[in-house]
Amino acid sequence: MNSDPAATHDDTAFAPDTTPHPATAPPHALAPVRLLEVDPLLDDPKTRIIVCCGSGGVGKTTTAAALGLRAAERGRKVVVLTIDPARRLAQSMGIDALDNTPRRVKGIEETAGGELHAMMLDMKRTFDEIVEAHADRERAAAILSNPFYQSLSAGFAGTQEYMAMEKLGQLRARDEWDLIVVDTPPSRSALDFLDAPKRLGSFLDGKLIRVLMAPAKVGGRAGMKFLNVGMSMMTGALGKLLGGQLLKDVQTFVAAMDTMFGGFRTRADATYKLLQAPGTAFLVVAAPERDALREAAYFVERLAAEDMPLAGLVLNRVHSSGAAQLSSERALAAAENLEEARIVDQEGGKAGLRNSPDTYGSSESSPSEDSVPAESVPAESVPAESVPDEGSPAAADMDPSARHITAGLLRLHAERMRLLFREQRTRDRFTALHPEVAVAEVGALPGDVHDLVGLRDIGDRLAANWPEPAEEYDAHA
Amino acid sequence: MSRLQVVSGKGGTGKTTVAAALALALATEGKRTLLVEVEGRQGIAQLFETEALPYEERKIAVAPGGGEVYALAIDPELALLDYLQMFYKLGTAGRALKKLGAIDFATTIAPGLRDVLLTGKACEAVRRKDKSGRFAYDYVVMDAPPTGRVTRFLNVNDEVAGLAKIGPIHNQAQAVMRVLKSPATAVHLVTLLEEMPVQETVDGIAELRSAGLPVGRVIVNMVRPTVLDQAELEFAHTAPPSSIAASLSGAGLGGAGRGELAERLVAPLLRQADEYAERFALEREQRAVLTELDLPLHELPLLAEGMDLAGLYELATELRQQGIS
Repeated sequence: MNSDPAATHDDTAFAPDTTPHPATAPPHALAPVRLLEVDPLLDDPKTRIIVCCGSGGVGKTTTAAALGLRAAERGRKVVVLTIDPARRLAQSMGIDALDNTPRRVKGIEETAGGELHAMMLDMKRTFDEIVEAHADRERAAAILSNPFYQSLSAGFAGTQEYMAMEKLGQLRARDEWDLIVVDTPPSRSALDFLDAPKRLGSFLDGKLIRVLMAPAKVGGRAGMKFLNVGMSMMTGALGKLLGGQLLKDVQTFVAAMDTMFGGFRTRADATYKLLQAPGTAFLVVAAPERDALREAAYFVERLAAEDMPLAGLVLNRVHSSGAAQLSSERALAAAENLEEARIVDQEGGKAGLRNSPDTYGSSESSPSEDSVPAESVPAESVPAESVPDEGSPAAADMDPSARHITAGLLRLHAERMRLLFREQRTRDRFTALHPEVAVAEVGALPGDVHDLVGLRDIGDRLAANWPEPAEEYDAHA
Repeated sequence: MSRLQVVSGKGGTGKTTVAAALALALATEGKRTLLVEVEGRQGIAQLFETEALPYEERKIAVAPGGGEVYALAIDPELALLDYLQMFYKLGTAGRALKKLGAIDFATTIAPGLRDVLLTGKACEAVRRKDKSGRFAYDYVVMDAPPTGRVTRFLNVNDEVAGLAKIGPIHNQAQAVMRVLKSPATAVHLVTLLEEMPVQETVDGIAELRSAGLPVGRVIVNMVRPTVLDQAELEFAHTAPPSSIAASLSGAGLGGAGRGELAERLVAPLLRQADEYAERFALEREQRAVLTELDLPLHELPLLAEGMDLAGLYELATELRQQGIS
């Protein structure tokens, strides 16, 4: 396991060796999957930063909040840095308007000695604070009122990512919390937050900045003499393109920021190193859908390439069934049996029942025979001899409304099983490519999270690594 | 019918899929559509099961009835070089700018420039005519950034026009804004029948409207089939479990006696019905919220077997039947 990227963290406790689901597991465990154990990760005092990343709409922010709450209730002093939480989620932490300052979340269980604080990144405020902290009053005022700066700080592609990393560095430096849980921005590429500081750094170190600064530095046109013809052509072209006044704004901005650039660069490098350090754990969050898991796989590869410590994959919204031993095909066939018997009823009470296999192809909601590989169907525990015989109550003798509703329940189950297998196939494709990645599955909730109780529930599901409470499966063991 | 159709939606709602289905749906009766990708994710290529798209308009599908769908993944860097070449004949200087990092600066760091280039390219395709004076594309469908960023993305030209008060960028930005704020454009939002995406849709519409951008339709994606209605769900709770066990047994699913197979299926099946009922109620609430928006509302079914090329054509047919084209 030593060569495992997931184990670049100082120990492998969070991701134990390949452990198949126990025998009572639902049929999720087609391939052995390494289980991500969340509690040891949260409890380890060496874990100082948890970064939740993943594509948009997979429940990243909710996962970050649920992890923060769970860690706090297990005794850690936690701050959750969210980027753009849905209003309801902020409210779920009892905070109507999260802002750029960590606020203590009330109503959590603090008997273990923990605390939960939450904040929302305000990128403009964060950028302003950096300027104010690193430039004298006059220079700061000049920068803050520069139109180019105002546009830049309000959100060019990358400011949010850069400021999220900046804020993370600040929180870590304050050393007031022993665990920081970070959500990442909903970028077009989910790894922009890794690239943004570098990109800014290469811009600041680049030739362009020198070209831009040259005229302002040495004083207008006189400075042009020191530039070669190519460069003066550049500034000329830029001026032509941007309009002279914008170029001037940029130059003034760059000149004013000059003394701060070194600081930016240093801090960007420091934050990047912080992310690689032991004590940081990345969690890739995904839903069991093709696109989300494709993005997750990309993430896993990038994190490994950047030497970032990956703790595992959190797979949200996984469906399961308490009756997983009943396949969708069989459920549909049984539903058809019941419905046909009902028609026969109405036609005059003939108690004719067809055996289920005959009815396969006739379902209007065509069962997924082609796409569900036969071997992925769980061991059929409904024995063949249970086809109705003389001893069972004939369908036509039963309460017709109970029969109708039972057919509905079976169709519902068939739909659930199809969804479940689709999710499972998608997940298996991921684990086949990345068997080293530990996985925690979180069961789908019918509704959204509105309060701490809901977040706690998600935390429980995360830690149990079980889509639904385990006792459900006992009956079918 | 607006010629520029912008499709946005919260992450995870399937906006790329809907944009692609819309491009197919609009390409009926010999019409030609261009499907534009702006976020460099190659989602279109994956949907149409082709290799990664270059920065080049390329035919990727034929619609029923002979229409054609072209696709373009806009690369902001190449778009900028194109643009410089087109308007300033900056051949060698363009390469020098690139060496300097100026192109990189313009497309990744300079506020809004990237977005100006992307929307600018889409607007250029909308306006383009062939030699006979016919529009090159009947419709341009843009797979835009998600709802949370789309207003800023589309409106960035306004900001840039303010930042660059004179010069070609200023003029370009203003020209793009004239198209985007006109009836030639419609911004559609894709959502799911879930609380967060619906809330984001409501907020997104308010933002678009306050920026003066034309809101088109709301498209609910991945709508699950109604298996049990309200009355049936209520009945499921009043029916004695033993009668359900008897029905299951009658359908060939094992004995109905205590501890036998059919009997053991009853509890989990009823639990699934409860979950379904909860979701059903939530979906009804969310549908009511969307109805109140008073915008054309479309629903696309969840494809049980997941998204593939055949599914895309299915969704396009669905959109056509719902009168979107």
